[in-house]
Amino acid sequence: MTAPATRDVVVTGLGATTPLGGDAPSTWAAALAGESGARTMDNDWSEKYGIPVTFAATIKEDPSEKLSRPETKRMDPSTQYAMIAAREAWQDAGAPEVDGERLGAVVSSGIGGIWTTLDGWDTLRERGARRVLPMTVPMLMPNSPAAYVSLELGAQAGAHALVSACASGAEAIGYGLDMIRAGRADVVVCGGTEATIHPMPIAAFAASRTLSLRNDDPQGASRPYDVDRDGFVIGEGAAVVVLESAEHAAARGARVYAKIAGVGLSADAYHITSPDPEGKGQVAAMRRSLADAGVTGADVVHVNAHATSTKVGDLTETRSIRTVLGEDTDHVRLSATKSMTGHLLGGAGALEALFTIKAVHERLAPPTINVVTPDPELQVPLVRDEPATLPDGDIAAVNNSFGFGGHNVALTVTNA
Amino acid sequence: MAHTSSEILEGLAEIVAEETGLPTDAVVPEKSFTDDLDIDSLSMMTIVTHAEDKFGVRIPDDEVKNLTTVGDAVKYIEGAQS
Repeated sequence: MTAPATRDVVVTGLGATTPLGGDAPSTWAAALAGESGARTMDNDWSEKYGIPVTFAATIKEDPSEKLSRPETKRMDPSTQYAMIAAREAWQDAGAPEVDGERLGAVVSSGIGGIWTTLDGWDTLRERGARRVLPMTVPMLMPNSPAAYVSLELGAQAGAHALVSACASGAEAIGYGLDMIRAGRADVVVCGGTEATIHPMPIAAFAASRTLSLRNDDPQGASRPYDVDRDGFVIGEGAAVVVLESAEHAAARGARVYAKIAGVGLSADAYHITSPDPEGKGQVAAMRRSLADAGVTGADVVHVNAHATSTKVGDLTETRSIRTVLGEDTDHVRLSATKSMTGHLLGGAGALEALFTIKAVHERLAPPTINVVTPDPELQVPLVRDEPATLPDGDIAAVNNSFGFGGHNVALTVTNA
Repeated sequence: MAHTSSEILEGLAEIVAEETGLPTDAVVPEKSFTDDLDIDSLSMMTIVTHAEDKFGVRIPDDEVKNLTTVGDAVKYIEGAQS
């Protein structure tokens, strides 16, 4: 049996709540302005638990601003962020009329409802089983964001939560693309979310020596490609996009931001946390994505890098980009937006896809901040400090997302 | 110190309002939790958990199904106080 004819898939709605802003437009504006979402945390975790990191890229707008009181009680923060982003994206798309059976929801989290999990455990230990709340399981389950978005919109074509650590948000968008191409849905609301700024995961990331310890300069801490980078800055938030078959979008006269033209997936099968130093998996994901999109290196003008600001990861990726694009690398404008947003883990791939979509739509690549002294081994032209204009005509951009476990996802975005 | 029935009603109304988003003045004795207030079983158990905590009583699962109205719950809690 052959697959149905490939259907073009376009982006018609965007939503987000991030360390840079409470919605997609304010987040994008702050990114173009080169703002940092990192700040010193307002808590005593350092004194109380000895956590060596005192800052994070915390969400800019309290979710209770946009949610009802019962929603804030019934949803883990990771679901709250996803709901805010999904509602915005849905309205931004013009709240399309679509049969529920043709509407999908794919919303991922890398870690799941960890606040709920740990609060439940605290309650059990301190006050006994009778005080553990009945909603605990539906709140902590990692499919909760996808389930609530599906409930909200009546999405019956399927509700899915693909989990691949820090690639989860991008994989969700790739899965949404596949659902539409396979003819299982006409519209899919997809993205990623994370809410892990809790002392336990921060202690755990600190234990793995992957977090920046630049406590005296939170805004300067996330510095991908700078020689003095010392690890990532943990962030939180969500980004959601509305994907739609081009046919469906055209029929209702929808505004189109860009096309999601291809997805490439691979697994390193090398190490549980370190990327394959030869970048074989990353290269495979990018090659598959470009082939899937039907574009070549000559078309690629922009890459939104995974670049978390770790010593090893950042350089492995730039070598992989050069392996894939060869001389075409020289006309790429590389952006490492985690320099501003911090690392949203399961939300990162979706937020960076959103940035890539906006970059293609507005022909403007966002800056990479905090690069004082570029790493001499950086092999790709980097957008620093100010946004860079992208060329007219048909263009392609790639968003890379990699996750602990060796998951690689590359999304290719083209102009509509 | 035992709570009076009006204190229990007031406290219960706050718990129900938190859980459902209904205004506290909608939570009156004659209202049925399921038919009038649209409270499902999971929400009902959440309300019971908070009520036990707030009033220092135990409401066994077998009793919960007998608590049809807000008034039933107030009466049960009042009687269960020691």
